[in-house]
Amino acid sequence: MKKKFPLHIIVFLFPACFIYSIFMIYPLIDTMRVSLYTQNLLGENMDDSSGVRAFIGLRNYYDLFFNDTWSWHFWNALKNNIYFFLLHISIQTPVGLLIAAFLSNKELKLKNTYRTLIFLPAMMSIVIVGYIFNLILSSLWGIPQTILGLVGLEDIVQPWLGLKGSALITVSLISIWQFVGIPMLLFYAALVSIPEEILDAAKVDGSSGYNTFWKIKFPLILPTIGLMCVLTYVGNFNAFDLIYAIKNIYAGPEFSTDLMGTFFYRTFFGYQHQLGNPTMGATVASTTFVIILVGVVFYLYAFQKRITRYQY
Amino acid sequence: MKNLSSKLNSTIMHMVLIFYTLICLFPVYLLVNNSFKSRRAIFKQPLSLPNEETFSLAGYLKMFSRVDFGVFFYNSISVTIITLFFVLLFGAMAAWALSEYKFKGNTMLGLYLAFGIMIPIKLGTVSILQLMNSLNLVNSLTGLIIIYIAQSLPLAIWILTEFMKQLSNELKEAARCDGVNEYQLFFYIVLPLLRPPMATVGVFTMVPVWNDLWWPLILAPSNGKQTVILGMQQYIGQYVTNWNAIFASLSLALIPVIIFYLIFSRQLIRSITSGAVK
Repeated sequence: MKKKFPLHIIVFLFPACFIYSIFMIYPLIDTMRVSLYTQNLLGENMDDSSGVRAFIGLRNYYDLFFNDTWSWHFWNALKNNIYFFLLHISIQTPVGLLIAAFLSNKELKLKNTYRTLIFLPAMMSIVIVGYIFNLILSSLWGIPQTILGLVGLEDIVQPWLGLKGSALITVSLISIWQFVGIPMLLFYAALVSIPEEILDAAKVDGSSGYNTFWKIKFPLILPTIGLMCVLTYVGNFNAFDLIYAIKNIYAGPEFSTDLMGTFFYRTFFGYQHQLGNPTMGATVASTTFVIILVGVVFYLYAFQKRITRYQY
Repeated sequence: MKNLSSKLNSTIMHMVLIFYTLICLFPVYLLVNNSFKSRRAIFKQPLSLPNEETFSLAGYLKMFSRVDFGVFFYNSISVTIITLFFVLLFGAMAAWALSEYKFKGNTMLGLYLAFGIMIPIKLGTVSILQLMNSLNLVNSLTGLIIIYIAQSLPLAIWILTEFMKQLSNELKEAARCDGVNEYQLFFYIVLPLLRPPMATVGVFTMVPVWNDLWWPLILAPSNGKQTVILGMQQYIGQYVTNWNAIFASLSLALIPVIIFYLIFSRQLIRSITSGAVK
């Protein structure tokens, strides 16, 4: 006879599992299911169909990737998003690492103050950040002119957020500005948890600070760098608020700042003359889901295996 | 010689750090500083501090005179606090079950719950909206709260499980010997011990919830159910020219988070450095 499953375990687990399964896991799976259908009736104003949906298999995905109506926007958003991510990785990570390396120096004074203040922007609402940077970079205030004027570079000032060639870079830099505190904090945590003995041994052996950092500390915090990369990856492909706050859903100029998040929103809810399309929205969301999942799985395989090697 | 070079090193480090800290604080300074100035001064001298001539509380007075902004604040605060309460309660209960009891499928369930740490709930929007429609929870704060609980639980459970594994066995066994049942053990003995990780969970739950734009935008776009962030976003769009009021409202939306952060930052950083989040 099978032993009865203890009731108290079920009681403890039930609320969390219930809410999580119904409102997170089920919608994720159901979204994939919906993406296999033609438009259905979600709300009164969303489309004019009768509410009957037809199963069409992967047709939506085909349209998304290859049909001109969707594919230009999709590939554009994907390309922008990859660029957005690469900029984050190549700027945010080194800057965060540099600051963390400085802060982990034991003799440094005021480190708590620096740490607290540098992490502060990460706590702010993206809407606020977007708005304030919009103003800072606008010609209304002329702040870039004033600041660059101090070093005689006022001529290079341009409406960076408004130009097709520079809007995405500018938006990325704003996002990097906001979130540098996160890698900083994680790297800092990893650096200060390196055992004293290892560092003392290096010192006795005459290793310079610079060498100690690159030869000993850096390899030891590599897993944290990997973790940071995957967190950035997920966050970047999930980004929406910043573009919405600065550029609204049109992701201008000419969709040059369009990311998967804004593209998803426009597809789902419609814009200008285009009606919202829930099943196509579901297709975009499911595609993003796969993109994120691939990144996470790659990280788990590539990095988690190496972590065990470096564990001390 | 060695002393000199280490002094030089620390000077360079301080310079870099001060420079970067200034970059971090500059936009915040601009925002809060200008919210205390008159309209003219906001345009003419955005960088300078308010003086006798330019000081003005017009923006704040305008914000406080608007009834709806009070409502938005009330909405945000209640959504955040109710979410936090349930995340801590349900999260701790689940974490307790996962860390304390050995049962079939324990590891699998842990992984299942951890899945949500990495995958954003936003990707389920199409179905969530449908679900909320059928539950009649669109345009309600309840709908928002439920989603925020679902979104915050995975990380909360993860952090709390890691912490609970470190709780001493003797205490639990002693309590059990005294005839305390499992529920009493959890609610009267374990729960009060969870203060430190709960602060961390609190920050990780409250900040994203308070700052979120996506769900309020999708689920509660009107009818006085807006959160501060959404209300502000709509306000910015409508009153493009009312700079005082915009700066005041942005500052007001920012201040609770900053106060909250400054209170808990030490705790947050300590728990991250001690490995609660990995």
